[in-house]
Amino acid sequence: MFYREAGDFKTSYKSDQQTFPLKLDKILFWLTVAIAAFVIPFFLNEYWEKAIFLPFFIYALAAIGLNILTGYCGQVSLGTGGFMAVGAYASFKLMTGFPAMDMFLVIMIAGLVTAGVGVLFGLPSLRIKGFYLAVATLASQFFLVWLFNKWEWTYNYSATGQINSPERDFLGIVVTGAYTKPWATYLFCLGFLFLFAWIARNLVRGRIGRSWMAIRDMDIAAEIIGVNPLVAKMSAFAISSFFVGVAGALYFSVWLGAAEPTEAFSIDQSFDVLFMIIIGGLGSILGSLIGAAFIVLLPVLFKNVFVGLLGIPTDIAEFSQIILVGALIVFFLIKEPHGIVAYWRTLKGKLRLWPFPY
Amino acid sequence: MKKLTIAAIAASMMATAIPASADLAIPLLSYRTGPYAPNGIPYADGVEDYLNMINARDGGVGGEMIKILPCETAYNTTKGVECYEATKGEGALVYFPLSTGITYQLIPKATADDIPIHSMGYGRTSAANGKVFSHVFNFPGTYWDAASIIVKHMMDMENGSLDGKKIALVYHNSAYGKEPIRTLQELSAKHGFELVLLPVDHPGQEQKSTWLQVRKEKPDFVTMWGWGVMNQVAISEAASIRFPMDRFIGVWWSASENDVIPAGAKSDGYKAIAMNKPGTDFGVYADIQKHIIDAGKAAGAGDQVGAVLYSRGVLNAAYLVEAIRTAQKIHGVSDITPGMMRDGLENLKINQARWTEMGFDGFTSEIDVTCENHGGPGLGAIQQWDADSGTWSLITDFVGSDRAVVDALIDEDSTAYASENNISDQCS
Repeated sequence: MFYREAGDFKTSYKSDQQTFPLKLDKILFWLTVAIAAFVIPFFLNEYWEKAIFLPFFIYALAAIGLNILTGYCGQVSLGTGGFMAVGAYASFKLMTGFPAMDMFLVIMIAGLVTAGVGVLFGLPSLRIKGFYLAVATLASQFFLVWLFNKWEWTYNYSATGQINSPERDFLGIVVTGAYTKPWATYLFCLGFLFLFAWIARNLVRGRIGRSWMAIRDMDIAAEIIGVNPLVAKMSAFAISSFFVGVAGALYFSVWLGAAEPTEAFSIDQSFDVLFMIIIGGLGSILGSLIGAAFIVLLPVLFKNVFVGLLGIPTDIAEFSQIILVGALIVFFLIKEPHGIVAYWRTLKGKLRLWPFPY
Repeated sequence: MKKLTIAAIAASMMATAIPASADLAIPLLSYRTGPYAPNGIPYADGVEDYLNMINARDGGVGGEMIKILPCETAYNTTKGVECYEATKGEGALVYFPLSTGITYQLIPKATADDIPIHSMGYGRTSAANGKVFSHVFNFPGTYWDAASIIVKHMMDMENGSLDGKKIALVYHNSAYGKEPIRTLQELSAKHGFELVLLPVDHPGQEQKSTWLQVRKEKPDFVTMWGWGVMNQVAISEAASIRFPMDRFIGVWWSASENDVIPAGAKSDGYKAIAMNKPGTDFGVYADIQKHIIDAGKAAGAGDQVGAVLYSRGVLNAAYLVEAIRTAQKIHGVSDITPGMMRDGLENLKINQARWTEMGFDGFTSEIDVTCENHGGPGLGAIQQWDADSGTWSLITDFVGSDRAVVDALIDEDSTAYASENNISDQCS
């Protein structure tokens, strides 16, 4: 009744191609952004910042990055953890090498470095596909983590191989180190997520995104109609790695503040991000956000309910949490193989017809 | 109606009064799940049982009850951060996460929040320098002390010289396992032995290639910085290549019953460094038995009492309780803040007479923490496993480390940290 296109006239191609064709969608979107940007920071404490929002934003960014590669371009990658490590170590080297550099610049350059490494490890994708490519990218995961363990220059010769993020600022506001304000890091990461989700959304519905999808759907046919597979695949690897690198840089410098390669960037990270996009929805920006929320926030929610509300011993709560999240993943994959975002689409479709479905 | 209102007011007052009553909140960042649980469980049980015993026996410390805030980390740093933020708001007095990775993560955060960390024999070794690390304590000894004492014991076995010998370090490939490398390198230069580094990746179940390399390299000694299932696997693998067990010496975190029992009789003779005596012949155990175990209030499954890591947990809790007492004495208030707890830890002094009073007669070495030295005396003894009787026994006295080597390294590393983070001398 309220949620419909009737009366919402499009008079130009531009308005016909907008991301949110329905007025209500647009209002809802901007309302969410406004609440996230202008309301939540005032009520934010360090728990919500460090345990809920920062991990959600950062993983969502990584998931969008992987979704570009896997969801839109159809190249399965298991190297996300390794690429996040590249972003993290690049930001560490920049932060310690150029103390005066602004954090925004540090993170963008870290993203560029990761994009370069991503292209390098994406080269095999020109020859191999599917599961074989997954194995090739798995090699990058192990190689990169090994590299950051072995190459002492990358961790400034520290005795333990641990990297720590020093205090740095963005336009004079401290965003890394121990003395950050919750709202500062929150807005910093939210800003990156907003910016990159925006870019991603506009990339995937443009020429380049269409060439990715053509490659994904049938690469030979795409080549015949004039899509250059080299350009399409390499650009997908570069842009995806750029996103993942930015996420890795934020993960280390803003959220954790310290990291060691084997744990922080282990194969589990790669799997987690891959699960995020599969559960949330392949080839969907919203799906990346939903998937990140599912994988990052559900365990925290269950932990708080089990231990905080029900008073269950911590070890039993941890095991139940693992079982429950696992069961939910299986449930959603059986019930909705296209990801949780498909529910959202169904719901929207039903809402348009409500209350008179035909 | 009036009665109901009064009752409602009373009930709401009680509800608000309970959290407001001053408790000494001790967050217990433990791990009872995951590949490190075999070691995390006894330690957490020991801490919980001792603190509960203090509550039951003495009614808390200085009239204040201790409240334990348990939080499961699974030895994972991101979960550790979540636990830190979740418990910090409840007035957490001190953190002891039993994880070097989490300790590294918390050092700058806790210092900024004015909450002390007691990383007892783990964490960042150079935090022993209190001039730089005002809120971090790692007494009674550091990794570098342990490495030096282990090498000393090897020297004793070789009649005083390690010249031309080969020592292999099997280590957890993380900040924890890499800690002793620098000290061992210094010592190898000093004593003329060759050092072979053999990393084992998390979680440490796959070590076939590591021990193949041991077989190839034929080291005279193997020392190990392992944790969790890695310990069990390493000792079993060493047994299967018939490496002489008395030449295999672990750090104090590779020194528990759960590590040697899976290898059965073959683990007989395995050695490790200890910071306290094994066994239960101490007054404190009688109190734990009486107030906790007989009362049916034992933490966890209650089957770890007296294990090496259980004792270590008890010792850790005893240090903390004594530090709370010290803080209460210094500041003249019973309900202390985390900042006061830091002062308590920094002025912690326990001599043998006081240890005996506390029920730890001859259990461990004396402690005298100062503003400059947060690392304690750095003493350790070597313990050996007897598979037949299933007991550990000390085979050496408590000895000190090579201070010339260790102190120089601590100075070097902490000075570098201070200059990186613009920290001035915290003691002057």
